[in-house]
Amino acid sequence: MIPERLIAPLVMGALLAVALWALAVDAPFTITLTTRAAILALAAVGLNIALGIGGLVSFGHAVFFGLGGYAMGILAHHAQSYTTLDLGPLSIAGSKSMPLIWLVAVVTSALAALLIGLLSLRTSGVYFIMITLAFGQMFYYFAISWAAYGGEDGLSIYVRNGFPGLNTLDPIQFFGLCFALLCVALVLHARLRAAPFGLALNAARQVPARVEAVGLSPMRLRLVAFVISGAITGLAGALFADLNRFVSPTMFSWQLSGELIVLIVLGGTGRLMGPVIGACLFVLLEHWLGALTEFWHIWLGVILLGIVLFARGGVVGLLTGKAGPHV
Amino acid sequence: MSEIVLATCNLVKRFGALTATDDVSIELRAGEIHALIGPNGAGKSTLIAQISGGLRPDAGRVMLLGRDVTGAGTVERARAGLARTFQISALAMEDSVFENVLLGALGASGRPWRFWSPVSADAELEARAMEALARVGLADERDRRTAELSHGQRRQLEVAVALTLGPRAFLMDEPMAGLGADGSRRLTGFLDGLRAEAPILLVEHDMDAVFALADRISVLASGRVIASGTVAEIRADRAVRAAYLGEGA
Ligand SMILES: Nc1ncnc2c1ncn2[C@@H]1O[C@H](COP(=O)(O)OP(=O)(O)OP(=O)(O)O)[C@@H](O)[C@H]1O
Ligand SMILES: [Mg+2]
Repeated sequence: MIPERLIAPLVMGALLAVALWALAVDAPFTITLTTRAAILALAAVGLNIALGIGGLVSFGHAVFFGLGGYAMGILAHHAQSYTTLDLGPLSIAGSKSMPLIWLVAVVTSALAALLIGLLSLRTSGVYFIMITLAFGQMFYYFAISWAAYGGEDGLSIYVRNGFPGLNTLDPIQFFGLCFALLCVALVLHARLRAAPFGLALNAARQVPARVEAVGLSPMRLRLVAFVISGAITGLAGALFADLNRFVSPTMFSWQLSGELIVLIVLGGTGRLMGPVIGACLFVLLEHWLGALTEFWHIWLGVILLGIVLFARGGVVGLLTGKAGPHV
Repeated sequence: MSEIVLATCNLVKRFGALTATDDVSIELRAGEIHALIGPNGAGKSTLIAQISGGLRPDAGRVMLLGRDVTGAGTVERARAGLARTFQISALAMEDSVFENVLLGALGASGRPWRFWSPVSADAELEARAMEALARVGLADERDRRTAELSHGQRRQLEVAVALTLGPRAFLMDEPMAGLGADGSRRLTGFLDGLRAEAPILLVEHDMDAVFALADRISVLASGRVIASGTVAEIRADRAVRAAYLGEGA
């Protein structure tokens, strides 16, 4: 059994080591895989705040992933085509600067999360799952029909966006950026979980009536959690689009929302490193099993079933010997 | 007479054809324990829920410290100084005992919007939480998982969480339920002293505790207050004996 506080340095160290090893043996595709894992992990760290701590099973987090992706796609598209983005009286130039794109991605997803949260958090359980799913589908079909930005075909961005002082076209440097942002998000999760807000949010998941009885509003706690959660997943979406240099409506798909949930359950619901372990496993399986069989999702399903039935704490639970979720 | 802290005025609540609260007017005065008794299904918990804010009455008003709070939600009433314990323990079972009282202290502080510094670094919250734990005799259990506590200890923790709020009035729904004779006696002694801090509206089936503690007793049957008075008056009341104490009048 591994003490829980060792899991984070071990897992992050392993991820970094694989990327550096790939650099040493000149295997850029492997670096891309580690980058993909880091970005999916970031998206799931975001979801884990709402789902893991807050107990909000959002089946619509692809909305924020997609918004982040399109924030990048739209800004970069205008920049590479030397056109402006016309928002009524306002006319905005495109941008190829990552920090600016990230800011737009985060703000847009946070606003969307605020709106969706206000409308959906009145419900709970299956209804909440269904409403968030419905929002995901709305954005998905909207993106498909939005011809100005590629509709169903999506948008291709020819050159990866830039970050001051770095060559983002170099796979290891781009990995470094994603890895650093993942670390920031993990620190944020850990701090937030131990802070007064985390205590109250975690209690609101378990006994909302008690939280109300001490004078705190579970609804407001959940709304704020949902906004933070959406913002982080949105940031991941912008990175994901930059990794692929492509954004399409599939970033809004319900399959993606489902995959994010799967990552968390696989790794350990509510556990700090659950999403990271889940994402690494997911990318590994996708790559290895995917090469062997087209139907690798079936095997993913089998593993997931095993986890849900026999290891409620996911992989983190197995590693630490603390079985239940949220321990 | 001392100040009225809490009052209901002609409260009515119907569930379909059933009138669970039928024109109930009771009051809780500073310094007293007002016991609410009645057979199962009399409407005690329903009344408590309307006072605490979880349930909206169909008619009537709830007054807290002279203010009409009928339209206010649970959160607002808690902030105004109302603390309740639940008939069925409502505690964060995955959390430690300490975290549960910490939540109460956090609620009392009204400052949950802190995202960065650990709650454990807030000495003021910790002191408040520990004081409440110590008062109910749970200080030694502080780091246990709440799920591991015995039933009796959970009942004590319920009371401790209410204490952290430093309320103006307590609403306690069967705090003795499931406690052994020993536990009941101890909690009785504790509540006896607590009334000086804030008055208690006490729903309780344990008649020994009620007769030992109550300054006044109101008897509820089928949603109505059928009698109200001192312990001696209630003991002597024929209607009460018939309806509740199960004795042929
Ligand atoms: N949400 C509800 N919907 C319909 N009927 C309800 C509801 N809540 C309570 N009742 C009914 O109202 C009546 C009063 O219930 P209540 O729980 O207030 O009784 P009580 O006096 O607290 O009983 P006990 O001593 O068993 O705790 C009961 O007949 C109960 O079935
Ligand atoms: Mg009851």
